[in-house]
Amino acid sequence: MFAQLTQFESPPVDFFSLTPLFILVGGAVVIMLVTSLSPRPIPGWFSTAVSVAASAGAAVVAMVLWNDVRESGPYSTVSDAIGIDGFSLFFTVLVSLGVIATALVGDAYVRREHIAAPEFHALLLTAATGAIVMASANDLVVMFIGLESLSIGLYILAAMQFRRPHGREAAMKYFVLGAFSSAFLLYGIALVYGTTGSTSLIVIRERTSSLGAMVSPSELLIVGIALLLVGFAFKVAAAPFHFWAPDVYEGSGSPVSGFMASVAKAAAFAGLLRVVVVALGANEGDWAVPLAVLSAISIIVGAVMAITQNDVKRMLAFSSVGHAGYILVGVQAATAEGMSSALFYLFAYTFMVIGSFAVVSVIGWDNGHPIERYEGLAKRRPWLAGAFTVFLLAQAGVPMTAGFVAKFLVIKSAVAEEIYWLAILAMVASVITAFMYLRIVMAMWARDADVDDAPRLAVAPATAFVVAAAVAITLVYGIIPDSLIEFTRDAVPALVAGN
Amino acid sequence: MIDLIVFLVAAAICLVGAVGVVVARNPVHSALMLVMTLFGIAVHFVAQEAHFLAAVQVIVYAGAIVVMFLFVIMLLGVDVHTKLDLGGLKGQRVAAAAFGVVGLGVLVFLMTRVEDGITSQPAGTPIDPNTPDINQLAHSLFDQYVFAFELTSVLLIIAVIGAVILSRKPRPELEESQGGES
Repeated sequence: MFAQLTQFESPPVDFFSLTPLFILVGGAVVIMLVTSLSPRPIPGWFSTAVSVAASAGAAVVAMVLWNDVRESGPYSTVSDAIGIDGFSLFFTVLVSLGVIATALVGDAYVRREHIAAPEFHALLLTAATGAIVMASANDLVVMFIGLESLSIGLYILAAMQFRRPHGREAAMKYFVLGAFSSAFLLYGIALVYGTTGSTSLIVIRERTSSLGAMVSPSELLIVGIALLLVGFAFKVAAAPFHFWAPDVYEGSGSPVSGFMASVAKAAAFAGLLRVVVVALGANEGDWAVPLAVLSAISIIVGAVMAITQNDVKRMLAFSSVGHAGYILVGVQAATAEGMSSALFYLFAYTFMVIGSFAVVSVIGWDNGHPIERYEGLAKRRPWLAGAFTVFLLAQAGVPMTAGFVAKFLVIKSAVAEEIYWLAILAMVASVITAFMYLRIVMAMWARDADVDDAPRLAVAPATAFVVAAAVAITLVYGIIPDSLIEFTRDAVPALVAGN
Repeated sequence: MIDLIVFLVAAAICLVGAVGVVVARNPVHSALMLVMTLFGIAVHFVAQEAHFLAAVQVIVYAGAIVVMFLFVIMLLGVDVHTKLDLGGLKGQRVAAAAFGVVGLGVLVFLMTRVEDGITSQPAGTPIDPNTPDINQLAHSLFDQYVFAFELTSVLLIIAVIGAVILSRKPRPELEESQGGES
């Protein structure tokens, strides 16, 4: 009565297309092993170097794969669990660049705050792996595990600054609300699986597009989509699911806040685009209007709440909520143009926000970041103040910066779909938020502050490099955005089966 | 009919356990209530003919993981009545109850809409009666979900790093070795 032994064939794996993930996880393992096994203390820069090298390697391999995909088309591997297409490679590059910037800014930060450097960098790399998996997943289970890898890494990164009074509160809030939102997402995944009979995004798209509203019972699928939207809205910090963002951004270390606002937000948007917009594209009628409403609420909340704040980090947090709203303007248009405008926005915003938080990190302070601390910064550190001004103006959407092109593209995609109310709202709100950004700029440049007794600000070379590079990217793509627009047009998700 | 009775009894066990985890004042009682919920879920697995999963559920969750919880609770000495009433927001309980009722309403409505099961597979029958469920589990774990399975190891690395960081006391000598500046 022995069970019949069946021949098992393992699924084919294209290892080269998984190389970016291997490099990132490998980097994290190398950091942890070398620093814990070495008989002598390893200097802090070692972890930074490995972290930067691994992310750079991942980005380079992704560019090679990008060429392959352009020549021979997108494909899936490991039982269609991971899709290699323009979309996933775009996010691989974006996330890798985000990790490089965060690791370089974090180098001085971990030294100043006495945080264990190996763990900090290892968590950055593993969280980035989760982010890339989210952008490449062709299966809801894989997507969820990627999301958890990213989120749990971020909970710990937020908790690393537990000596500061706000640090513990931030970590606890982020953990509880993050776990809560993951539960929403998981319930949504369960209901979508229940109605479509598969967790594979490829199969889900086939079945929903062939059956349309005939999926039985369609209410179950609608509730599933609604729960997925709630889960993703939490992760991208879109209002009214943004309540964690200000406290968490304020309480976490500035480089970590920058990482959350850039890489984590980009990964959550990648998941939203891949699952809801592409795989469930046939059900556009069910999610387009809710997304437009989420977008409008985020833009309004981001604008109104940001101008009432006095803490620069909280201002940036609320502005990040607003930016999520602007990106959703492109997402809800549900067109190829809307998607590429959202990708452009994410790319541009990543460098603006990492740069902003790098400057905030240099200013560094134990108990909050009151705007008064930025008074007279232009006298003390003119270059730093100049760079921060560029980032703030770019976020406000001033022409000649990438922020302007990004806002222009998302609003254009909404107009093309004749959703005029949202386009008008977005334009009006961007004028309101400009007031908040200009308040910080005015504080830096115009006021006569007593700068003689202010503490001297040390700018580490690595941080200075990141700030300079972010300024360059923001300005270059603001003046000649064509190459990036072309890049985002090719970065379309393709849910195809097989190699 | 017998299926329905088994389902209702197991569901009741799960729910009582879940509520007990939250309302118990003593952390040890909470952990034991969790065992009850996990047992209820194991019964559901048996009712779905997934005997292997039911055994794993009891051995791993109820056996290993909750025992670990109990060890930690007792070693840390937090097995006393903890007062968790932190005040909270005004009207928090009313709002929570309202959301709960609305959520239950949505679920009940969805259940009435599901006429002949969500999938074509009738409840309580094995997917493939000729293959043992261990083989079926192995096939889905190492074929369709092999990437998710391997990716879980990354998640475990993160969890280990996190546990080390959060449980470690600040070490002044570490800061010196990193060339800490004031």
